[in-house]
Amino acid sequence: MPIVKSLRVIGNRTVNAVWRTGYATRFFVMTLFYSGPSFKRFRLIVKEMFSSGVMSLIIILVAGMFVGMVLGLQGYETLKRYGSESALGSLVALSLVRELGPVLAALLFASRAGSAMTAEIGLMKATEQIAAMEMMAVNPIARVVAPRFWAGVISMPLLAAMFSAMGVFGGYVVGVVIIGVDEGSFWSQMQASVDFQHDVLNGVIKSFVFGLAVTAIALFEGYDAPPTAEGVSGATTRTVVQSSLAILMLDFILTAFMFQGA
Amino acid sequence: MERTTLDLWVGAFVVAGLGALVVLALKVGNLSTYNVSESYVLQAHFTNVGGLKPTASVRSSGVLVGRVTSIVLDTERYEARVTMSIDKRYQFPKDTFANILTSGLLGEQYIGLLPGGDDVMLASGDEFKKTQSAVVLEDLIGKFFTSTADAK
Repeated sequence: MPIVKSLRVIGNRTVNAVWRTGYATRFFVMTLFYSGPSFKRFRLIVKEMFSSGVMSLIIILVAGMFVGMVLGLQGYETLKRYGSESALGSLVALSLVRELGPVLAALLFASRAGSAMTAEIGLMKATEQIAAMEMMAVNPIARVVAPRFWAGVISMPLLAAMFSAMGVFGGYVVGVVIIGVDEGSFWSQMQASVDFQHDVLNGVIKSFVFGLAVTAIALFEGYDAPPTAEGVSGATTRTVVQSSLAILMLDFILTAFMFQGA
Repeated sequence: MERTTLDLWVGAFVVAGLGALVVLALKVGNLSTYNVSESYVLQAHFTNVGGLKPTASVRSSGVLVGRVTSIVLDTERYEARVTMSIDKRYQFPKDTFANILTSGLLGEQYIGLLPGGDDVMLASGDEFKKTQSAVVLEDLIGKFFTSTADAK
């Protein structure tokens, strides 16, 4: 009976998905619960910030620079038609600070640091290091998961801010230095249109939420990965796919809340 | 606990991130031009504010002198009451005109102040008596059509 069989498959998948959601929620709550001890040993967080934050610096800075340069070039071509090249500064700054900075930095962070976190924890599980920790009465969530979580959450807004600043610099290089838009109007239009609270602070909040989502997904996928070579590679792929989707969906929701009305 | 090169890298990372935030706040945003304490409040009633929004600029002779803080409907007069905060450095005579103008053909709307010749200056909480509302394009087109119809 093919119908019964497909029904059985659908039911199985649904139950599994709900089961996994519950497990992920419990994992997330446990991570928050055991965060206290890892803040006492701040050294662990610093060490993870090195591998997730500092090591992502180069890709974030280079990508930010080029995104800003592309924005400067494309924005100039379009604004020139309406004779308002002087608005280039506000176009570059607003699109970076509000959207591109947090979103692109988070996407890069997910593929650079999130995938590494998943692979690392998945391999720890596959080589039974996690089981060994439990044997020694060391809580693996407090020792392995929580420091990585907070390192990611702290690093993400800093990386996004650097991405935006670098992008503005890239837009400046292309717009003012190469094309020759008036420098005064570039900066003054930018400063007139970018509001600290409304734009800069909201961008920081966005990147904080993205950092939370990316690290939570990456850590859970690593912790839940089947302890085989295939399982770890599948979990790494899922981390990148799911966190990218989560970033874009959360971005829509946050934007709808932040920039409605005025 | 000893200091390691790792700490140096992470420290540099955090400092650079915070530095980028400061750059965004001061150079990109307009935090440096905010002087919340150094301003006073003025009001004006308009029959129509058009597309004027809170945080819109208030200019006199093209110079930014303040910002619109709130726009509400005054139900006693059924007119829009616009509250704006003006930089303390700039004082305006009592008979100053407040007009809603548009920057460029399709630009955003702002309040333009045209100072009069009165000796008495406006104090905090005072109101502009002479105002001119926003130009609504539909009214303008309507007037144009009725005037051409009359001419025939």
